[in-house]
Amino acid sequence: MNKPENKTLSELDRPNSYIGKTVPRPNLDRLLQGRGVYVSDLELPRMAHVVYVRSPHAHAKIISVDTQAAKKKPGVVAVVTGEALADVITPWVGVLSHMKGLKSAPQRAIAIDRACWQGEAVAAVVASSRAAAEDAAELVAVQYEELEPVTDMRTALESATPVIHTSLGDNLAFERTFEVGSADAGFADADEIAKTEFIFGRHTGVTLEPRAVVADWNAAEARLTIYQGTQAPHMVQNIAALHLGLREAQVRVVCKDVGGSFGIKVHIYADEMATYALSKLLKRPVKYVADRVESFNTDIHARDHRCKGRVGVKRDGTITAFEIDDLTGIGPYSMYPRTSAIEANQVVNLVGGPYVTPNYRARARVVFQNKNVMCQYRAVGHPIACSVTEGLVDLAAAKIGMDPVEIRRRNLIADDAYPCTSPAGLRFELLSHHASLDKLLKMMNYDGLRAEQANLRKKNIHRGIGIASFIEVTNPSAAFYGVGGAKISSQDGVAVRLDAQGAVVCQTSITEQGQGSESLTAQIVGSVLGVSMEKVRVILGDTDQTPYGGGTWASRGAGIGGEAALQAAKILRKNILDVAAAILQSTPAELDIANNAVVNAGDGTPRIELHELARIVYFRPDTLPPGIQPELMATRHFVPRQYPFAFTNGVQASWLEVDIDTGFVKLLKHWVVEDCGVVINPQLVDEQIRGGVVQGLGAALFEKCIYDERGQLTNANMADYLVPMSGEMPDIDIGHVVSPTSESELGAKGAGEAGTAGAAAAVANAVNDSLKPFGAVITEIPLTPQVILTALKRI
Amino acid sequence: MTAPHPVSLQVNGERIEAYVLPRTNLADFLRDHLKLTGTHVGCEHGVCGACTIRVNGEIVRSCLMLAVQVDGASVETIEGLSDSGEISDLQEAFRARNALQCGYCTPAMLISAQDLLKREAEPDRERIREHLSGNYCRCTGYQAIVDAVEATAKARKDRDKGREP
Repeated sequence: MNKPENKTLSELDRPNSYIGKTVPRPNLDRLLQGRGVYVSDLELPRMAHVVYVRSPHAHAKIISVDTQAAKKKPGVVAVVTGEALADVITPWVGVLSHMKGLKSAPQRAIAIDRACWQGEAVAAVVASSRAAAEDAAELVAVQYEELEPVTDMRTALESATPVIHTSLGDNLAFERTFEVGSADAGFADADEIAKTEFIFGRHTGVTLEPRAVVADWNAAEARLTIYQGTQAPHMVQNIAALHLGLREAQVRVVCKDVGGSFGIKVHIYADEMATYALSKLLKRPVKYVADRVESFNTDIHARDHRCKGRVGVKRDGTITAFEIDDLTGIGPYSMYPRTSAIEANQVVNLVGGPYVTPNYRARARVVFQNKNVMCQYRAVGHPIACSVTEGLVDLAAAKIGMDPVEIRRRNLIADDAYPCTSPAGLRFELLSHHASLDKLLKMMNYDGLRAEQANLRKKNIHRGIGIASFIEVTNPSAAFYGVGGAKISSQDGVAVRLDAQGAVVCQTSITEQGQGSESLTAQIVGSVLGVSMEKVRVILGDTDQTPYGGGTWASRGAGIGGEAALQAAKILRKNILDVAAAILQSTPAELDIANNAVVNAGDGTPRIELHELARIVYFRPDTLPPGIQPELMATRHFVPRQYPFAFTNGVQASWLEVDIDTGFVKLLKHWVVEDCGVVINPQLVDEQIRGGVVQGLGAALFEKCIYDERGQLTNANMADYLVPMSGEMPDIDIGHVVSPTSESELGAKGAGEAGTAGAAAAVANAVNDSLKPFGAVITEIPLTPQVILTALKRI
Repeated sequence: MTAPHPVSLQVNGERIEAYVLPRTNLADFLRDHLKLTGTHVGCEHGVCGACTIRVNGEIVRSCLMLAVQVDGASVETIEGLSDSGEISDLQEAFRARNALQCGYCTPAMLISAQDLLKREAEPDRERIREHLSGNYCRCTGYQAIVDAVEATAKARKDRDKGREP
């Protein structure tokens, strides 16, 4: 499992390396003192505020929009309808060519003839303050003719159900079927077959800072500056330019502090597009900050799947086949530009992924409905696939009377079987399912917990243990979006330069939303250059200032952006040593850099401080030998080419107690063993995992967007939509197994989704384990008291 | 009732005289009028806790108070608590433990944690978790925050012990 041994120490293994060390993230004081700059804090001269008038209906024809009264309100700059805005911005269709058959209808920044979900914008009110705009918005008179909404995904494809977009012919956005081996033969071969339907609640990311954007069209420069809390600045630049009829060079995207992202802020929303367009139309800065009700109604939702699953198992525990039939409803449009078919596609790809499964059949269908749009949220598809797989594995174990751990041991892909390909065609370079499971069992004292569980049963206390193995897609190559025609870069770039005082300035195309992008970049660059971290300043989140790249999403920052940083720093290091050798009349091979100085490679004796070298290069180049042209800046880009994705793996366990009288679940403890390859900063990796776990626990127990049959979201506020609070969350222990990727010198894979991928599956399995004496099996999340008491036939 | 109303108050020890609309809430007053943007707005209906500040020494959700209500009061925000050094040890513990990611909940989380630490010398983890339950954090999963608050409580206790004669 270890990295192949090198003959010499690499740049990353040197004595003062920051790699593998817990160091605090740089510049945290800014956030700790309330001196960060979030988009919602921004103010520009002449800035106006926009408020959107939104459809109260899930599906309605817009008969008329009367803006007269609103326009007369003091402070109002403009009231703009969809028709007026259409002169400035073109509509879009959220499809990708590699998602074969995926279709969607043109979507507009502001609806024109028809509103297709409760919350779709139908007019914009721009005023001198948000309060003034809100006042005026109440005076916009919109006449609607209600249309029948399509809300239930189960009947969306029936002939009696209206077709939301008649031009598309039906409500089917995407369908994928897949079979490898023979599922029928696998089931025929099985001694037992377990089947069930898994139901996943629709939920959303609830970033604590709502989506916010300030768009500033400078008519004199013919340039648009977009300040936005986005994970992908270059993607925003491309899309804004495309639909506003500008060249990319006319659009700058600046991303400062971001109050939570989790995939919610990796898309382009209609109201953001409208805000860019309004700035261009009105020739002044326009600010949009969603309020919480708007966040719930318009931030992408996720999950909302119903997945029928079947597993065949032999009496010796061998799994003979998996089969799934997944159905998901994505709202009225496929989101732009990443599309809303990715989650279902991922489910097909990932089910059964940790296991040797020769026979696998899958179908996934994605249907339109008149609800808010659904798209990629943290761990896209993983929680569904993991819950289905691990739920089925537990059901299979129960059928044959085998311990859940034992059945996993007998079916997980062997640690020495790599490289190998999964049934769904996923290529695994190196995973560690068995080593991870072994470590987990030790950490949690599995046998001890089982004994404790048995003892407590006698006292009518019902505790359960749930295990969930998982795989995670990280470091995505162009296979994710680029091949489908989306201009979303899969490569990242880093520029590193030595400044005139021997400090380092580093510009990277990955972005920071708190994961630690800035830290990992500084750690890598500092390690390679022999410069202390506090001398490395990292610049990110500005399309004018950084190399071109993808940004931070899909667990790609460390693995892709980190490798670009490593390679750029290596070039700069070589360049520095070349100059140093000329100054010192030595050779680069005899020199090294350590502790901010060029030193003798042999004995570490300092030869010249970097600030002195920089002084000579920048101010007294006349003293350098002839023919030397120092290059104290270097740029490198990186993208994985051998593997479409760097898969990681891990396993989680939940220990909890179910109160069978109230249906409440008390989480007692949670464990994760995760293998993300080389760990750059252990604390940051662990905190990514903990945060991810808690988002998964939210989905498992609390979080659900509850729609009524008319397509009305009934709990669009924080009091009624529950998220995990500190009081109900457990402590989470984390362990690691390290299987580096050899695709990069750094060897790092991603860790952002691992926690979310398996948390709900572990909890669901633990709840079912605790309910075993009652013969109840629940395959629905969130596991609310109502769901549990219903399963127990208590209500 | 819609005419601007005069208010006079102390904000972080500074005397403020202003005219505010009766409907202006305290969070908006601090952010939009006084440019104290360290007070964050998350839900605007008193649930998420991101706008927590101190009024006359007590923690309040500034989105649930009107600016006119603080006439004559003393208001403290994260900017003031940072500059006075009152919570520098707590901030350092958060930094060392990476008890923040995006940082949006952090100012309010620090103020709520300080409120507990001022009341109780030795809160256990459960007590810390309970006290901070009114402050949502979507990034960390809370454990690092609980660790940082626990470490600060312990360090303060040790420090106070050292001061005893």
